[in-house]
Amino acid sequence: MTENPIIEVEGLTKTFGSTEVLKGVSLALERSQVTCIIGPSGSGKSTLLRCLAFLETYDTGRVEIEGRLLGYVEKDGRRRPATSREISDVRRNVGFVFQHFNLWPHMTVMDNVAKPLWLASGFSRKEARERALAALEKVGLADKLEDYPAQLSGGQQQRVGIARTLAKGPHIILFDEPTSALDPEIVGEVLQVMRDLAEEGMTMAVVTHEMGFAAQVADRIAFIDEGVIAVQGAPRDVLLSKDNPRLVRFLKNFFDRNVFWEN
Amino acid sequence: MNLDFSIFTDNWPDILGGLWLTLELWLGGSVLGMVLGLTIATVRQYAGGVVQRGIAAYVAAFRGTPFLIQLFLLYYGGPSFGLVLTPVQAGLVGMTVYSSAQFIEIFRAGFQSIPPGQIEAARMSGLGRMQILIHVQLPQMMIIILPSMVNLYVIMTKETALLSVIAIPDLTAVLNGIGSATYAYAETLFALAAFYWILLECVTAAGRWAERKVGRYLVR
Repeated sequence: MTENPIIEVEGLTKTFGSTEVLKGVSLALERSQVTCIIGPSGSGKSTLLRCLAFLETYDTGRVEIEGRLLGYVEKDGRRRPATSREISDVRRNVGFVFQHFNLWPHMTVMDNVAKPLWLASGFSRKEARERALAALEKVGLADKLEDYPAQLSGGQQQRVGIARTLAKGPHIILFDEPTSALDPEIVGEVLQVMRDLAEEGMTMAVVTHEMGFAAQVADRIAFIDEGVIAVQGAPRDVLLSKDNPRLVRFLKNFFDRNVFWEN
Repeated sequence: MNLDFSIFTDNWPDILGGLWLTLELWLGGSVLGMVLGLTIATVRQYAGGVVQRGIAAYVAAFRGTPFLIQLFLLYYGGPSFGLVLTPVQAGLVGMTVYSSAQFIEIFRAGFQSIPPGQIEAARMSGLGRMQILIHVQLPQMMIIILPSMVNLYVIMTKETALLSVIAIPDLTAVLNGIGSATYAYAETLFALAAFYWILLECVTAAGRWAERKVGRYLVR
């Protein structure tokens, strides 16, 4: 096992129009670790995650996936945009789970998971179905194979989304607020699947507002504020930190909301 | 009423030839226009600024001018640009280009109806652009764009009547010719109208059938 991080980010910047969303982010996502990315809305945490999959281009800095530069090709010290094929190749082992699931509504659950495997990942149709079935069993949906997404609850749809990503055998999975679109009482079933993955040693980066999940499951927490990583470290160190007043205020919001009554 | 139907039995080879040519130019031009329109609309999704503007100008030019003038320009003006076409060739090119501009807009509306997140998910699953088009975009947008596509095919049937102005011996030209030679204007014009009406009913029926077939997964 190598000690190199799966994704390494260095000096990442990103501007939308005249708004600088990321102002030099550096971050290493280590193998088998769960990194939770927290921060106020508009802080750039989703943009950062999307840059790690090149769903968003970045302006300067580097994103390296297992040692290979993502989104650009460098030659003689100069940089050119990578072709879509080159991008696909570099991020082949990166999985992505979306806030709004993004399942394909005209395909059954089975096809949502299996079809990309034989279309793009080089499996035969039979192998693809077997892999898809294994992934769907893992998220507890092996009895919904022939259902269409519209027939499922939000929590079930998100678990199909996780199965779809899982089936391609990624080395890392990026989660972009995976429970933010769900009703509170079904958030738990999705978090449980993510917990199971973490326990099996899957490398994960999770943008989330679920502080309980971050505290219990994360190996590291990064607090993003105004386009930079303001604080990062072990969950206990970050969540109990008193050094950064904006982090303190951000966390106080969460604690206050979850207190039942004043002592 | 005094109608003479012998003019049809006397001239049936010419009429059949005209009918065939009309159908050929209509279907050929519309199908080629659809393929060209889909190709251009697909390129447009990924194209940069210059290509975008070029396509926008193409659509504006061919949607914003009458088909009749486009035909004249192509056939009579073409030689000035070194483009010498027979009437039938000019008719086919004209039908193709004119309908392609309309098809581009129809397909664009179709592409816009698919949430971008679905395309992102497909890219993260490793699908290439062609696979995304075939497996994610087209099957879903078909149900939305089918009515406008059928409508365009219907419009194109009627545009074929204009082809006679550049000396294409289509059904309109043949029947008009017979009409002026025999003074049987009423018979020939009625026949012509009836032909277009029947063709249009067939296209509409085919469209309804296709809509039922494509919409199946939504009926659940």
